[in-house]
Amino acid sequence: MVSHDILIVGGGLAGLAAALTSDPKLKVAVLSKVHPVRSHSISAQGGINAALANNPNAKDDTWEKHAFDTIKGSDYLADQDAVELMCKLAIPLMYELDHMGVPFSRFPGGVIAQRPFGGAGYPRTCYAQDRTGQVLLHTLYEQCVKKGVVFYEEVLVTSLVVRDGRCVGLVAYDMGTGEIRSFAAKAVIFGTGGYGRIFKLSTNAYINFGSGIGMAYRAGIPIKDLEFVQFHPTALYGKNILISEAARGEGGYLINNKGRRFMEDYTPTVMELAPRDIVSRSITTEILKGNGFENAYVHLDLRHLGREKIEKRLPGIQDICIHFAGLDPVDTPIPIQPAQHYSMGGIDVDKDCASPVKGFYAAGECACVSVHGANRLGGNSLLDAIVFGKIAGLSASRFINEGGFAGSKDAEIDGEAGRLTSDFEGIRKRDKGHNVYRLLNDLKILMSDKAGIYRDAKQLREGIDGLGRLREAYKDACIYGSCTRFCQEFVTLVEFDYMMDLAEAILRGADLRTETRGSHFRTDHPKRDDESWLKHTLAAYTEKGPVFSYRAVNVDKYKPQERKY
Amino acid sequence: MSTIFKILRFDPPKDEQPHFQEYIHTPKPGDTMLEVLKDIRDQQDPSLSFRYSCREAVCGSCALTINGEIGLACRTQFEALKTDVVVIEPLPNLEIIKDLIVDFKPFWDAYNYIQPYLQPEGEAPPKGHCVDEKDMEEVYQFITCILCGSCYAACPVATRDGRYLGPAALAKLYRFAIDPRDKRPWPALARVDNPTGVWGCDTVFRCNDVCPKEVRPADGIEGLRRRMVVGRTKHLFGRKK
Repeated sequence: MVSHDILIVGGGLAGLAAALTSDPKLKVAVLSKVHPVRSHSISAQGGINAALANNPNAKDDTWEKHAFDTIKGSDYLADQDAVELMCKLAIPLMYELDHMGVPFSRFPGGVIAQRPFGGAGYPRTCYAQDRTGQVLLHTLYEQCVKKGVVFYEEVLVTSLVVRDGRCVGLVAYDMGTGEIRSFAAKAVIFGTGGYGRIFKLSTNAYINFGSGIGMAYRAGIPIKDLEFVQFHPTALYGKNILISEAARGEGGYLINNKGRRFMEDYTPTVMELAPRDIVSRSITTEILKGNGFENAYVHLDLRHLGREKIEKRLPGIQDICIHFAGLDPVDTPIPIQPAQHYSMGGIDVDKDCASPVKGFYAAGECACVSVHGANRLGGNSLLDAIVFGKIAGLSASRFINEGGFAGSKDAEIDGEAGRLTSDFEGIRKRDKGHNVYRLLNDLKILMSDKAGIYRDAKQLREGIDGLGRLREAYKDACIYGSCTRFCQEFVTLVEFDYMMDLAEAILRGADLRTETRGSHFRTDHPKRDDESWLKHTLAAYTEKGPVFSYRAVNVDKYKPQERKY
Repeated sequence: MSTIFKILRFDPPKDEQPHFQEYIHTPKPGDTMLEVLKDIRDQQDPSLSFRYSCREAVCGSCALTINGEIGLACRTQFEALKTDVVVIEPLPNLEIIKDLIVDFKPFWDAYNYIQPYLQPEGEAPPKGHCVDEKDMEEVYQFITCILCGSCYAACPVATRDGRYLGPAALAKLYRFAIDPRDKRPWPALARVDNPTGVWGCDTVFRCNDVCPKEVRPADGIEGLRRRMVVGRTKHLFGRKK
């Protein structure tokens, strides 16, 4: 058994940020199922928000205004104290990242450039062309190399070991050796990302199964607000590859088959720069009304921006369009449709990233503090991941340094590893049963059909029933591949189990929440209902399924008002 | 149309040597080679292993050799190959761990060797560094690198000398050398002033040809060479004084 002070799971922005702030005197390691630079943070394009007030049109921007936009964007479900903390920390964070080497684009005069983004009152999104996630992830990885952080790469964590309300370690599948290994730790930080691939159409990387959220849930940590799923308005039709909000921030138009900028009918003041939930619904409505192309997509038109601006500000988008759709946005509009993009919900943690289980912390998309509430604004996910990743590293270090850990329980972790190994030996012995890739495909279709952009009680309940049938089928899933090393079928088998738990929390949480708020749109309850529902959903694991409870939202300076753009 | 895919398989120490396995599969219209590989694995042979993540040419996981050409599987369109038989092999110049998965250790060792992080002076300026727009854009050619290893795999120098740092690591160093915020001391640059560093390059530009992100790593090596000549002279002059 390997033993560490802090184990960080996930090598994306949240995990790496946590590694960087962890006390260097402690023995820290990062476990990741891929090499860290392959993590999904790399795919973020458009930027990261901070009220630097560098844009000539944003001279009077402040972090308070950033907080207000975030809270309004969240449809008032975000906790206001947490949002204020994030927005305040954003400003010094940009200068820190700049000093670490992030090659932010510049304005004339040499200051960090800022562009407009959806739902933001001021142009406050900092960026490096349209490769912001890539440069941030690479830079944080570089800083980890400098610090000498220990990495376990291509190691999939399969379960979290919690005893007596305390996190004591992990069990993991080491893909390189094919072994199930146990790891003891005094504290564990999850930065395991979202579950995008639970849906059929998703902008997310193929690896985004969200099992980390499921592991925490099984280990007894509640999961929060899972019914709030973000659908990004502009995913490339056919491939679902993200076409950054920066394309609209730089002035792109959304056009229907009548040749009209249809956002005029929905949000005439801000047009294409409304928050994502509203733009996604508007596009879907247009397509349902017959105003789409081939009844499936609308156009994102960048042609009027001109070649120079596209090549300078959106070269990654141009590259994607050329290689994945065979078109150049300089000459041709981009066919786009909404696709699942982000999980607002996640593991229930507080502003210190601490959970109800001692020694367990979470940050980034897998966590729910909550700073995004019912709808996240573009440019706030990179910020959330880094700000709260850093906080998680500090919190876990403080917990250990203050003697919060009473001693290891190696035998229990080994016991868990042994149990898992024998479970899988049992599955391996089956010579027939369900193919897990097929079950996964069925789950994706079910979630897209039953828990998509528009929801109602009938569909959600059909989804719950369908999920029950999948759970039955999973009981006799079979491993068909004969491999033990780099066995991706085994990875899928492990993660799929957790994905079903997340699917259930999404479906049941959405069924219970009889209102419309942010990304959660109930056609049978189309109004927001603050009196009954200005509260977070908490789902706790039991063997019979989730048990739901609710917690009041932290409302401070910003009183809920109708959300108009 | 059904096509034959010949995929290199190797599972040491179970297998004594690599061998090709043939699969017959009909790709869907518009499939990329990564989608083809996933379908073959999911529908025919779950024991087949290969790396992937983003499927949009930014994470750098899936560089492979397809019909003899090095490229990202996720960005290679099946239809563009226009052959009845498609041969899929792992990247050359790196040891096979299993099937299409290779050991990137030499690649990351070289990356770590060049001190791949900004070395600025002092604390962060309170309002950030003042960097001219044009200077930052110079850096952009090199930061688009996704560390996929294609250039390393294609490099003939890396084939014959495992100690050579390779194009990606050297281009990465150049990215810092031209960043106005970076003030690394001469010895940090001089680490590559030798035959396993910038002087190892044969200038055959295979790296430029195979790079999926048009980084042109050889431009970086070329630029570093100029810095070496200038830096050496300055350094000698400084020492005499």
